[in-house]
Amino acid sequence: MTPMIDPKTLLPAQVQDNSASGLDAAKHKDKKDLVFVNLGPSHPATHGCLRALCALDGETIVAAVTEMGYLHRGFEKDAEVHTFQQVIPYTDRLNYVSAIMNNVGYCKAVEKMLGITIPDRAMVLRVITCELNRIIDHLVCAGANLVDLGALTNFWYAFNAREKVYDILEKLCGARLTSSYTRIGGLSRDTYPAFADEVKAVLKDIRKSVAEITKLVSKNRIFVDRTQGVCVISKEKAVSYGWTGPTLRACGVEYDLRKAEPYYHYEDFKFEVPVGTHGDTYDRIFVRLYEIEESAGIIEQALRKLPKGPVMTDDKRVALPPKQQTYGNIEGLMNHFKIIMHGICPDPGEVYDYTEAANGELGFYIVADGGKNPYRVKCRPPCFMNYAAFHEMIEGGMIADAIANLGSINIIAGELDR
Amino acid sequence: MKVVQRPGMKGPEKIYVVEVLKGLWLTFSHVFYNLFHPEKLPTVFFPEEKKALPPATRGRHRLMKREDDSPRCTACMLCATACPAECIHIQAAESPDPNIEKFPEKFDIDMLRCVYCGFCVEACPLDAIRMDIPEVTVAGYTRDSLVYHKEFLMDHDNKDVVADYNPPRPVLWTHGPHAKP
Ligand code: SF4
Ligand code: SF4
Repeated sequence: MTPMIDPKTLLPAQVQDNSASGLDAAKHKDKKDLVFVNLGPSHPATHGCLRALCALDGETIVAAVTEMGYLHRGFEKDAEVHTFQQVIPYTDRLNYVSAIMNNVGYCKAVEKMLGITIPDRAMVLRVITCELNRIIDHLVCAGANLVDLGALTNFWYAFNAREKVYDILEKLCGARLTSSYTRIGGLSRDTYPAFADEVKAVLKDIRKSVAEITKLVSKNRIFVDRTQGVCVISKEKAVSYGWTGPTLRACGVEYDLRKAEPYYHYEDFKFEVPVGTHGDTYDRIFVRLYEIEESAGIIEQALRKLPKGPVMTDDKRVALPPKQQTYGNIEGLMNHFKIIMHGICPDPGEVYDYTEAANGELGFYIVADGGKNPYRVKCRPPCFMNYAAFHEMIEGGMIADAIANLGSINIIAGELDR
Repeated sequence: MKVVQRPGMKGPEKIYVVEVLKGLWLTFSHVFYNLFHPEKLPTVFFPEEKKALPPATRGRHRLMKREDDSPRCTACMLCATACPAECIHIQAAESPDPNIEKFPEKFDIDMLRCVYCGFCVEACPLDAIRMDIPEVTVAGYTRDSLVYHKEFLMDHDNKDVVADYNPPRPVLWTHGPHAKP
């Protein structure tokens, strides 16, 4: 039984100040029987440990406060007591749905700090693996989001294709989820012989599954009614909250770091940036489905121009010497010991570097004090900004739409809480 | 720039039954396809059936041996230093063999902490540790049982290994009389 409480005493500040949330507080002002419900923190619909405390009038959310931190592992603090290389496996666990993108984001920042350029082959392979990860991230997001709306079948269609991508990634980096694929200065290993053919085959499966998902939902009345015009956020609001990535593009802002600040020769690839028009749940799902097609196109172009050569720089400061030299001669062995024992020591300084991850701008701000450990690592997770706007999007809507919306902004708790 | 289309619903599509039937047609085509091609089902009936792990897999660790079954490891501590999870505990001792300086008296890997990153394998200058035993379901009843000791890590004579996790073997070994390629 929920006791009768005077909501005024319990409601968060922003509810009483209706100018901030755009909430029609007057309508609910005299309500004495609001029901307080916790969405999460451990509920399958929240896709992770998130909590939103909602005040409900019937099924309408009058006010909501969000809380995060249930999956806080202290990534940033951990990074301070580990060497630059040792942080790489930790980044796998940020956005675990697209682990390689975090590896790339972190290594790119450290490489920028050290002023290292990675070999072309490593760059193109990073692009290919990142785009594969973007595809599976979007498949998971769209698939799981549709489950929230009751459309379970799509989930299997999305996950069949995703499974095949994981098979490729497993052969490539030795693990499915916790890839730790990149190293500072390149990649941990080169591709295997059948890589290009398998990727091409999997792209076909991905396109098929996206087509099937689109066929199932795009004209389905239930889906359309439940997603169009629901949980709308305006361009201005989205920008002011610091949104990036597909969720921002769904509001109609054409902003993609791969176009705006191209890295890894993204400017040479031909691809479009899909944008939405309304900024509702429908747009957020479909921007992702459209992006899968664009990423598939990028991968095809990248496979065509994949150059030959090493995947690791030969910069002696960061690259372990080839095993032949470690086992065979004293210089190689000393170099090997030096890098492992003393670590990579960038000059004191700071750097901020960013990549377009599946959810938006993934940034790493790193401060070095000349030692082998970073002095400070700050991660800018794209979900954090998305989740900050969550309460505002769901206020005034129905509780079931809040769940659908949570899926569409793709909160990955591992990245949100770090 | 590509704008997300909203096809909208026209005529009979608005009566949602029509679209639902079309959707059912698609899902049933999958059902019948799967019924007649059971070998192509993506489901793996784990644990009865197991997917073969590919060559690159980072599996369970093992310690390599010399010809006389002593550990190849010289307790140089590189793996313990490189390990991001700080889960390798080595206690070095003087080797009885005059040609070898040190050997690990104790070599424990705490699998409860290990993150399977493979950094230890990369760090070893002697190819003394590998992660190529295809066991990915590490489970135990007590915490102690999941701390793998040297004896257990070296007991792999009859075990399967996945091919080539490590970089190619060097042609020439220069590490003492007991080294074998
Ligand atoms: S795999 Fe990684 S975490 Fe596990 S023992 Fe080796 S270095 Fe440590
Ligand atoms: S790095 Fe290799 S030789 Fe050195 S302690 Fe570890 S296993 Fe032994």
